[in-house]
Amino acid sequence: MALFKKERKVAEAPMPSGDVLVADEVKVVGPLISKRRRVSLPQWATAWIVLIPALIFLVMFMFYPIINTFLYAFLQDFTYVPGGGSFALGQFISAMSQTCKSSYGSCTIVYPSFGFNNFAELFVEGSVFPKTILNTAELVIIEVPLTIIISLLIATFLNSIKALKGLYQTIFFLPYVTNTIALGLIFNMAFSRTPGGLVNIVLKNLFNVDPINWLSKDISPYNGAASRFTQGIVIVVYSIWNGIAFKILVFMSGLATIDKQYYDAAKIDGSSSFTIWRRITLPLLSPQILYITITSFIGAFKMYTGVMAVYQGVSADGYYFGGDDGTTWMPVVGWIYKRLASDSLKPGISSAGSLVLLAIIMVITAAQFAVSKKRVHY
Amino acid sequence: MAEHVMYFADEKAQRIFLAKTIAKKVVVYLFLTIFALFMLAPFVIMVIGSFIEADAFNTFEANADFSMLGFSHWGLSNYAVVFAEKYKTGTGIEFDKPSFAHFFLNTFIVAIGSTTVTVVTAVLAAFAFARLQFKGKDLLFTLLLATMMIPGEMMVITNFMTTLSLKWTNTFAALILVHGVSVFYIFYLRQTFQQIPNELYLAAKVDGVSDIGYLLKVMVPIAMPTITTILILSMMGSWNSYVWPNLVANETWRYDPSGTYSMKLVSNGLMSLFATQQDGADSIKIAGSMVVTAPLFLVFILFRKYIMRGVSRSGIKG
Repeated sequence: MALFKKERKVAEAPMPSGDVLVADEVKVVGPLISKRRRVSLPQWATAWIVLIPALIFLVMFMFYPIINTFLYAFLQDFTYVPGGGSFALGQFISAMSQTCKSSYGSCTIVYPSFGFNNFAELFVEGSVFPKTILNTAELVIIEVPLTIIISLLIATFLNSIKALKGLYQTIFFLPYVTNTIALGLIFNMAFSRTPGGLVNIVLKNLFNVDPINWLSKDISPYNGAASRFTQGIVIVVYSIWNGIAFKILVFMSGLATIDKQYYDAAKIDGSSSFTIWRRITLPLLSPQILYITITSFIGAFKMYTGVMAVYQGVSADGYYFGGDDGTTWMPVVGWIYKRLASDSLKPGISSAGSLVLLAIIMVITAAQFAVSKKRVHY
Repeated sequence: MAEHVMYFADEKAQRIFLAKTIAKKVVVYLFLTIFALFMLAPFVIMVIGSFIEADAFNTFEANADFSMLGFSHWGLSNYAVVFAEKYKTGTGIEFDKPSFAHFFLNTFIVAIGSTTVTVVTAVLAAFAFARLQFKGKDLLFTLLLATMMIPGEMMVITNFMTTLSLKWTNTFAALILVHGVSVFYIFYLRQTFQQIPNELYLAAKVDGVSDIGYLLKVMVPIAMPTITTILILSMMGSWNSYVWPNLVANETWRYDPSGTYSMKLVSNGLMSLFATQQDGADSIKIAGSMVVTAPLFLVFILFRKYIMRGVSRSGIKG
């Protein structure tokens, strides 16, 4: 390391040739170090200087957006004014200073104000938003417990074997390093409308079930469009496939930290494998289970690409979620983005939607922490 | 550790024990194998499907005619179409399409750009949080923690409006700078930095090394494994990002009529590939998804250790 080399150089410096050490020459060693010493800033100054790059990005693309989206949500009757910047208050001021330039007689300008209209609009008659919340909740309630149980089982089983353990571990991790869109496309093909879809072939040959229209609208050779139920199955199967890799990894690392002595003691007492799992593994794994439960509920409530990916090919814009109007399984986040992209000059309503999502996530997290206080052994 | 030595009352007890153990093993391996097959099936479809020529694949899909899956129908034509600038449908209509090479280039630029910015900001900020003392440190750190709770959708809305008002749509600036900082990576690096013993810092101080010098010459080399993990995860994140590019870089064609260069990344390119002319292009789409997935697998094989370590701490994807 460069740091230590400098030291050595000082030590190896040739001594003055004379037999008497001159005071001046001895001093050289001292100033040599302090000369190299740059004017050092106090720590707090250095700290703020090195924080500047991160702070610029944090303020501009994280702190400011969070506050600003709050403001958007409460700014009603508001249309984006080009050239006014993205700051809600700035937009508010430039919108308020609009004047009638129309030469066609009377003109009316709707001036924005602060209020709850955007939230009211989310829940008016005919709004898709409440439906998207129910869709998401339905998928979350089915998918999260299922993925957690499956990955817990796989992790326990993986932990109990020796042969081929590494191979299985790698296979179960593979979905994590893939592209959600690309593999959604493959699932779309596997549940293809045509007889050549893998799932239909398997069902036909093993159970003699006629080809099922899993995802598509009403097209030959089927009579009738895919039902909401079959579409839901495809979404859940894909989210299980996509979701267990990470959970298995976390559970495996949790299992690795459990002391083997507990198991030995239980075996000597003659406990059955299930009792051991129920009474030792599960309680000692509870911190990991809590962590996974919270993160999966939050993550699942924000599902979007996974759902959209299985409908791949029907629509290129990424906002088709089944059915004639594309909303059969539309999740909340899908609705927010669709609203934002299709009506980008009125960000108020999508902002209100994102605040509702935030509230839901907060409630779930708080509820889970409350439950976990009694249940988790640290 | 020595194996347990087991004693049985009689031979019968031993036989029952052995039978039980074997039965358990069979159940465990059966369960794991079934799920492993479920995990692998999409990849098998992807690899095989991408090589079967479009005509044969369509015949197979329509009639489940397995003879069309034979090696005689295999070829690289799907991949050729993915990277071509033109596509001719079965009915002979030819139309322009963007080459995947173009999406690759866009994605590489964005991945390298945003990874560089993210790593630089994360290293500097993590250094301040891990090593330096300053007023407001705890407050700022709590603020950062709090942002991790907020759903990203809230930020996306204003960032999208900022992008519009800065006229950044369809530019690299929008794709790179908006993700210029990652709170999670700052935390991750800070943890690693904190494990470096204080004595090194004091020794460096005695030697007259400045704070920045200490960061660059001591901390960064020691934390290199963590930084490598961040580099890889961040690159993979750019490769897989879909939502943000879909909002701000939505032009389909390489040269659209207004002359704007398409900024689509691989995921978005894959989504828009043959979106309107989808009939008969299924195997080509499969080849497209193979092209998107293969580099990820290559990275996974090469850097498996770094990826699995980083992932078990984070849980972030894309």
